Amino acid sequence: MDTKISFTLNGKARTVTTDADRSLLEVLREDFQLTGTKFGCGEGQCRACSVLIDGVSTPSCITSVGDVAKAVIVTIEGLASGDQLHPVQAAFLAEGAFQCGYCTAGMIVGVVGALKQKPAASEADVMAQMQKHICRCCSYAKYKTAIHRAVTQNGKAHA
Amino acid sequence: MKTISPEIPQPDLEEIDYDELVERVDYDFGLSRRSFVKVLGAGLLLAVTLPAIAQESGQRSRAGGAKNLGARIHLGKDGSITVLTGKVEGGQGARTELSQAAAEELDVALNTVTMLMADTGTVPDDGGTFGSATTPRTVPAVRHGAAAARNLLLEFAAQQWKVERSAVQMRDGKVFDATGKRSLTYADLANSDEAAKLLEQAIPSDVALTAVAELKVLGIPALRPNARDIVVGAHKYPSDIARPGMLYGKILRAPSFGAKLISIDLAPAKAMKDVVVVQDDQFVGVTAPNSSLAETALQKISDTAKWETKPQPSSKELFDYLVQNAEGGVPKNPYADEIAGAKVVRGTYHVPYIQHAPLEPRASVAEWNDDKLTVWTGSQNPFGVRSELARAFHLPPENMRVVIPDFGGGFGGKHTGECALEAARLAKAAGKPVSLRWTREEEFTWAYFRPAGVIEAEASLDAQGKIATWYFININSGAQAVESPYTAGKKNCHYVASKPPLRHGSYRALASTANNFAREVFMDEVAAAAGADPLEFRLAHLENPRLRAVLEKAAKEFDWSTRVKNKDPNLGVGLACGMEKGSFVAACAEVAIDRKENTIKVTRVCQAFECGKILNPANLLAQVQGGIVMGLGAALREEMQFENGEITNASFRKYRVPRFDDLPELDVHLLDRPDLPSVGAGETPIIVIAPAVANAVRRATGKSVNALPVRLLEA
Repeated sequence: MDTKISFTLNGKARTVTTDADRSLLEVLREDFQLTGTKFGCGEGQCRACSVLIDGVSTPSCITSVGDVAKAVIVTIEGLASGDQLHPVQAAFLAEGAFQCGYCTAGMIVGVVGALKQKPAASEADVMAQMQKHICRCCSYAKYKTAIHRAVTQNGKAHA
Repeated sequence: MKTISPEIPQPDLEEIDYDELVERVDYDFGLSRRSFVKVLGAGLLLAVTLPAIAQESGQRSRAGGAKNLGARIHLGKDGSITVLTGKVEGGQGARTELSQAAAEELDVALNTVTMLMADTGTVPDDGGTFGSATTPRTVPAVRHGAAAARNLLLEFAAQQWKVERSAVQMRDGKVFDATGKRSLTYADLANSDEAAKLLEQAIPSDVALTAVAELKVLGIPALRPNARDIVVGAHKYPSDIARPGMLYGKILRAPSFGAKLISIDLAPAKAMKDVVVVQDDQFVGVTAPNSSLAETALQKISDTAKWETKPQPSSKELFDYLVQNAEGGVPKNPYADEIAGAKVVRGTYHVPYIQHAPLEPRASVAEWNDDKLTVWTGSQNPFGVRSELARAFHLPPENMRVVIPDFGGGFGGKHTGECALEAARLAKAAGKPVSLRWTREEEFTWAYFRPAGVIEAEASLDAQGKIATWYFININSGAQAVESPYTAGKKNCHYVASKPPLRHGSYRALASTANNFAREVFMDEVAAAAGADPLEFRLAHLENPRLRAVLEKAAKEFDWSTRVKNKDPNLGVGLACGMEKGSFVAACAEVAIDRKENTIKVTRVCQAFECGKILNPANLLAQVQGGIVMGLGAALREEMQFENGEITNASFRKYRVPRFDDLPELDVHLLDRPDLPSVGAGETPIIVIAPAVANAVRRATGKSVNALPVRLLEA
């Protein structure tokens, strides 16, 4: 049964008519061609599929599209303003934090979400949230440095 | 199963690289008997495993084999420089390193070089991206090509200006004459009438490369060229490729290994709008305009499927099974008689199956144009996948184009093309491009595993406390590092094949992980029997200066001699060393034991690593750090569990891989050796982690460790 579902996606009003049970991840990738958000496990265990829903970092693979009606959704593609990277993106780039980079979008969204939730978050607060994310290249040491950079230098100002 | 190999040359058995052998899924989508005979007419008929061997050995002999300069480097009339390679980028840093190699010899800025990687329609076959071969083989191949191109420009300028070659000079990508007033660029060369002809020449084998002391780009930290695309989510991984009219596919999987499909009713899916169903013997799949619909269609028919299963070994009986099925039995210790009466140490070690679990599961998009196929997929072996496709569809390899976008992790787990074959079969049936992306469960179940193994070790000591005899047998996991680097009066080391219950294949450093684990843990037992410190005992038996150097470095930086005297019963330290693929590594680890919670936490790892001249220090550090932490997963948690042919922990919930809180304090020391050739670094750093951790746990608990993952025994 197709349903008409409307939401705000990366700053634009969008409407999709589809099966409300489809995952948000699938709709983002297959209907909106927003492939920056990745599939990693399909059960919310790796957070490669993280998107911001009303400012909260959420695994889109276990969120059905029917559940985001009227919500404000931001994906990795919606973080930068033009050529201006989001400070968290800039921090990850400056540190060359990733190896294969497949988990990177989810990691960045996770950090942005943690800082939005709690603008005065300490690095430890953010790291506690990031425990949900998997980097299979195990580039955690460099990611930690990037998160430190994002939190201490430029993350908060733009959260 | 049919055994065909339309285009594969006779295997040169000398060239077989057992490091990289992977059993391929033997799909045969020949579709008609006629095409089968046609393709096979002048071909060869080989036993089923030989094509895979021939494929890889063939590539090895051609590695770095750009047939002419133009096949390696394209000079654009607009000044662009494109370097072509068959290597892939899966996060290990080949794109960056090969860009550096080209920029270095062309004498241009790093960001002016574009790498075109792993498109079999365009690039030379540099062999698969495995065996740590990119650095020692492809970097020199690219440097040779680039240096030849630089020489062309120098000669071209000398001719244009009618001066001696010695009167022209290269500076920042331009050639200047003696006055410094006239200059020519690669674009000028590309725009000349002679360009095409000049680039047709073979790359001379004697072209001089930049001396190590003169290197300006290699040896300097370099960022991945497409890093920005990754942080903004713009880079297209194989699972992100989209084609006009593309459909999404799903494959019917057997309920257990070895199960045979007896019957299935395809009608419920065929009745669905926009759904295509295909059955080709045991292969059943569906396509639909979106993944959910494909999933629904598959579910409808899979409910009707009847399977014939056959008994399969379970993980509980795995190690007995491997020993019982050892080919020719397990060889006995030939020194058994002579060591009677001496101080003897024995050990048996178990290493389980584990999965690579790259974060991007296998993914492919396949598109047919008549009998020509293009597949975008994530694989470490583009030309190997092309051969697999050609074989499965009984078409010449020239009809098959395989493109490998930078993909989401391999770790030795993506040498094969099964997903590409499946997508291609679906696309053939649907008449439209098809995207097939394996689920996490499929990746855990149907991708090949790092082999399990049983290792038997026995050593005797002489009166001076030195190793007199050394017996070391690996059953099933492989031959890498089965030989010991330690001196001994007599050594007897073998690998014995067994009958693997699961489909196994490569992994980071493959059997070196198992053999180093067993050997280094056993060494601590032998050292204890000799009443010696593990570090002193190793050094007393080590001749290789490079291995000694990393061991001494790691021990010094870790402050081994102080920490080993620590009396805290909940802390332990351990060390291990080893070598693989020409590089050398040693690590010291500290663990904290929580006896109440029955947990082990690795608190600190100090590693020293040496791989010759360092080419990209930033990437090398990332590879070493990543290898260490990935190694902690195998050391403490990772283990496939299976029963009756079913994997019972095929998810990240049940198969826990390292996360942020597993990150110990890392103290990494990269030893640069500009006097030595550069070798790969993506594999070796992992091999010492499990044994260093196991030795630390043994020291903390006083109990021997004999299996991975390391667990605290119940009190």
